[in-house]
Amino acid sequence: MSGKKVIFDTALRASVNLQSSKLPSELTKSSTALFSALSGVKATLPDLPYDYNALEPAISAQIMELHHTKHHQTYITNLNAAMEKMDSAMINGDVSAVIALQGALKFNGGGHINHTLFWENLSPNSDYNEGGTLDKALKERFGSKDGFISELTATSLAIQGSGWGWLVYNPKTKMVDIAACPNQDPVEATTGLKPLLGIDMWEHAFYLDYKNVKPDYVKAIWDVINWDTVEARLEAAK
Amino acid sequence: MKLAIASLFIGLASAWSPANDASSSRREAISKTLAAGAALASPLVSNAYSVPDLPYPYEALEPYIDTPTMKIHHDKHHATYVANINKAMEGKEEVPILDLMENALDAGPVRNNGGGHYNHAFFWSEMAPPDVAKKTKPSDALAKMIDSSFGSMDEMKSQFEAAAAPGAVFGSGWVWVVLNNAGTKLEIVGTPNQDNPLMKGVKDEIKFPILGLDVWEHAYYLKYQNRRPEYVSNWWNVVNWDKVSENFAYVSEKKSGVPVEG
Repeated sequence: MSGKKVIFDTALRASVNLQSSKLPSELTKSSTALFSALSGVKATLPDLPYDYNALEPAISAQIMELHHTKHHQTYITNLNAAMEKMDSAMINGDVSAVIALQGALKFNGGGHINHTLFWENLSPNSDYNEGGTLDKALKERFGSKDGFISELTATSLAIQGSGWGWLVYNPKTKMVDIAACPNQDPVEATTGLKPLLGIDMWEHAFYLDYKNVKPDYVKAIWDVINWDTVEARLEAAK
Repeated sequence: MKLAIASLFIGLASAWSPANDASSSRREAISKTLAAGAALASPLVSNAYSVPDLPYPYEALEPYIDTPTMKIHHDKHHATYVANINKAMEGKEEVPILDLMENALDAGPVRNNGGGHYNHAFFWSEMAPPDVAKKTKPSDALAKMIDSSFGSMDEMKSQFEAAAAPGAVFGSGWVWVVLNNAGTKLEIVGTPNQDNPLMKGVKDEIKFPILGLDVWEHAYYLKYQNRRPEYVSNWWNVVNWDKVSENFAYVSEKKSGVPVEG
């Protein structure tokens, strides 16, 4: 082994000269400890900002609990496992293994990102700020809030199989827009568009309450949107 | 609609014309009229495809697949694919659903709804109530091919379960045991959404399913929720290996997909 090791933590890179021959000997001795810290903090399940039953009757407590403690948690568990494997692959310079892990990272990492965004853009309190930044942006692009709701509803219902419907901010056009992504593809990483509001169209998101009647689920979810969060995301994205 | 009603009146009136003096021919004339009236009254949609009846009652696959799931899966989900493929094929030549599979990737509605119809019709036909299923077994020819392709039945099931695991087929999709195009070995493939290996372009070559499992969440969520691996391992209890053997014999001989009802 030439001693060349790739260092990912930027702070560490700054404090330790990139030339591996200049690595302090104490560090190379404790390299296992060093590299196990490089993947950073492990992903953990965020608490919901409301009780499981808070979004009823739009979304039942049963679904919220399963969705949060089982589905989202599984993405996190599998993401952490994939990240660990990624660390070893990177450390060993195993390009083939790095590439092979991309699918698992996109799926589970995307699942974690999407669900984290989702919990935050739902709320029992769906107050809407008339005339605010979001309202203006929606009117500019869709003519009205209802026009927007109509379009995102249609896009979400048209998704074949599993996926998400999104209100996004397009940094190129400087306008809001609608996007749909398949499976757990994270919208920003795969399209460059910034997510503002997500609707989970995977069957697990609604099946126990609505069975095959997707339109009823999407209609009901508009009652529990956290418009304040959506507006804050838009302001941050601009 | 007015045309239908008018033709009904005229037709029915003619049943009492002097030409129809025997009552049996009057009955015939009436039933012909009603049939013609009904055809005129119905909207001009091609009803080329229909949801095939389940070959067993809704509750027959309990406890492995629950009754509510069978009802909703068959009566709602499959029915929606059928309604949509009929709409998409309005005015077009009526062909068996199998024939639409090869070029399904050319048209979105055919891919999703034609695929959905074929896949579900195929699915219902390969299952049987547990007490019937357990008396079935692979034919000698199929057993031999399973062993040469996978090593053993257990090995095949194990690979199948791995392919059906959440994350392997990603979102919604199906897992299949297929005969490769050359007819030399069996393989396990996963396809997303309502794609199937008969569709040109879905895999590197067209492959012929002999066994398939729906791993869309609607196929198991009411009973299993997120516990897909449990659904998959339980599913073997309702597989009709006699039908799977028939499928194998068919695809081996004809180098074509298995035809389905509906």
